[in-house]
Amino acid sequence: MALSAADFNYRRRKLISAVMLGAAATSAIGMIAVLFLILGYVFIQGGQAIDFAFFTELPRPVGQEGGGMANAIVGSLIVLAIAGVLAIPVGFFAGIYLSEYASTTFAGAVRFVIETMAGVPSIVIGIFAFVLIVRPMGTYSAIAGGFALAMIMIPIFARAAEEALKTVPFSLREAAMALGVPSWRIVLRVVVPTAGPGIITAAMLALARAGGETAPLIFTALGNRFWQEGLTSPIATLPVQIWEYASGPYADLHRQAWAGSLVLVAMTVGIIGLVRLLYRGTSFRQF
Amino acid sequence: MTVEPAEPGLLQKLQASAREQVTGSPGDVVFKLLALGFTLIILLLAGLLLYTVWTGASESIGEFGFFSFIVTQEWNPVFREFGALHVIVGTLASSAIAVVLAVPVALGIALFITELAPPAIRGIVAFTIDILAAIPSIVYGLWGLHVLLPFLDQHINPLLINYLGWLPFFDRPAFGFSLLTASIILAIMIVPIISAIAREVIGSVPTAQKEGMLALGATRWEVMWKVILPYARAGIVGAIILGLARAIGETMAVTMVIGNAHYISANILAPSATMASIIANEFREATYSLYLSALIHVGLVLMFISLIVNILARVLVWSVASDPGGDRR
Repeated sequence: MALSAADFNYRRRKLISAVMLGAAATSAIGMIAVLFLILGYVFIQGGQAIDFAFFTELPRPVGQEGGGMANAIVGSLIVLAIAGVLAIPVGFFAGIYLSEYASTTFAGAVRFVIETMAGVPSIVIGIFAFVLIVRPMGTYSAIAGGFALAMIMIPIFARAAEEALKTVPFSLREAAMALGVPSWRIVLRVVVPTAGPGIITAAMLALARAGGETAPLIFTALGNRFWQEGLTSPIATLPVQIWEYASGPYADLHRQAWAGSLVLVAMTVGIIGLVRLLYRGTSFRQF
Repeated sequence: MTVEPAEPGLLQKLQASAREQVTGSPGDVVFKLLALGFTLIILLLAGLLLYTVWTGASESIGEFGFFSFIVTQEWNPVFREFGALHVIVGTLASSAIAVVLAVPVALGIALFITELAPPAIRGIVAFTIDILAAIPSIVYGLWGLHVLLPFLDQHINPLLINYLGWLPFFDRPAFGFSLLTASIILAIMIVPIISAIAREVIGSVPTAQKEGMLALGATRWEVMWKVILPYARAGIVGAIILGLARAIGETMAVTMVIGNAHYISANILAPSATMASIIANEFREATYSLYLSALIHVGLVLMFISLIVNILARVLVWSVASDPGGDRR
């Protein structure tokens, strides 16, 4: 029996629909496959290369096998600690000001500046820290690297802290006001503790984000094949070390780069994934 | 008859103390100023960022001029000649190709998660895609350099040259280090960004609109193509531009696979360079101050371009957010 034109048209539409829905499902599956491909390489290549010495030893001279990235792991933690000390108070109090005190117009303007700052490419943040700190000091340093990472953290953390504070119900503030508590004590004793877990999570996420950054560190922290000599001299960091090893021609250093990536992924993706898993469906989507 | 207070003036005292507690307690003023101070630090840092990068670039601006630097294609450190046209073109080309590759996939994923996936796997798919956005760019670079690049070089590039070689875009010399490799890595990196925002915007399309279309006999694809995507259009464009902004500023992954060659070529299988990649690649080797200043000048241009793109995206996403139909953000 011949199909009528309407039947044919209907079949055609159903076919197109099936094909397009299939394509949508395929993109999702394909992208998940890419994720597993990337993480799989990191885990397998990194897992094969990683050993105890990786965490305890310094890099060996080029050409000599073995050695580790102990200095880079410690260096990354030091630079991150400096970034945290600089960024967390700024972001915390700015978050409080935006959520508790600022007029709508001012808060909107500040938020705009913060989000614009978050959009500045991280390599430009590196230039900023270079011209502002490295050049006057005359040396690459852990401080300059920490400052650059702080610039990455501040916009992320300030906005997230503000969002966390805003989730505190206004009735709690009113209850405290009714008891005659001054407003600064309301903020510190009622609002901040209530939002505490959210604020701490936000800080961890911001640290994880900054910890994975390479570009701002290349010409601020620079890198160092040995242990750092204080905060005002060049310091090795994990991402920069991975970059140098990966770009070079030595197979042994490539293996170490994979091992370094495994540690980096465990530190950053691990934290971010854990938080997202715990806070599913809440306001941490910007990460 | 009035009630006499036990102590003359007590009422006034109590009132004053209450008023002080509510409005003028010294702790309050100090705390508010403290919070304001830190907020102003952020604004100060933002201003300082612009000023500092500008002063860093001033020597180059003085030598070449801000705008003629942008339209000149010269990069010859030996002869002290610098111009950024080729890296600006490289940045825009790699980002544009990345967006073209990423958008269909990202929208497919967003539609799959919001409209197609069974509720049981919806969350897990969204979570998995989001994890892609958490991977540090250096890890993308390492993977791109040691896994993707050899694969493309051995298996894909020969095919492209064989079958599409008549186009100027796929030509020899083809190395693994190429604009195309960089674009593919960038595309993988921006898919989760675009799809996360698109998901939210698509989620704001009213169910009644979709049901109405279904009741008219539309297929599920027609609902998506003719109702959902047009309704969410502005937000999706915003999402795409945010992805573009991310691609423009991305440094490490691109630096490691693009080859950092200073010329413009229509051949996307040839090495190229982006603004971010030459800064990362050459900054430490810049041996004299004009060279360094030229690189900072490139950074200044990069900052302006990404600021413009970012602000454009924010405005678009906001315009959706302020739309009474959608309750976003």
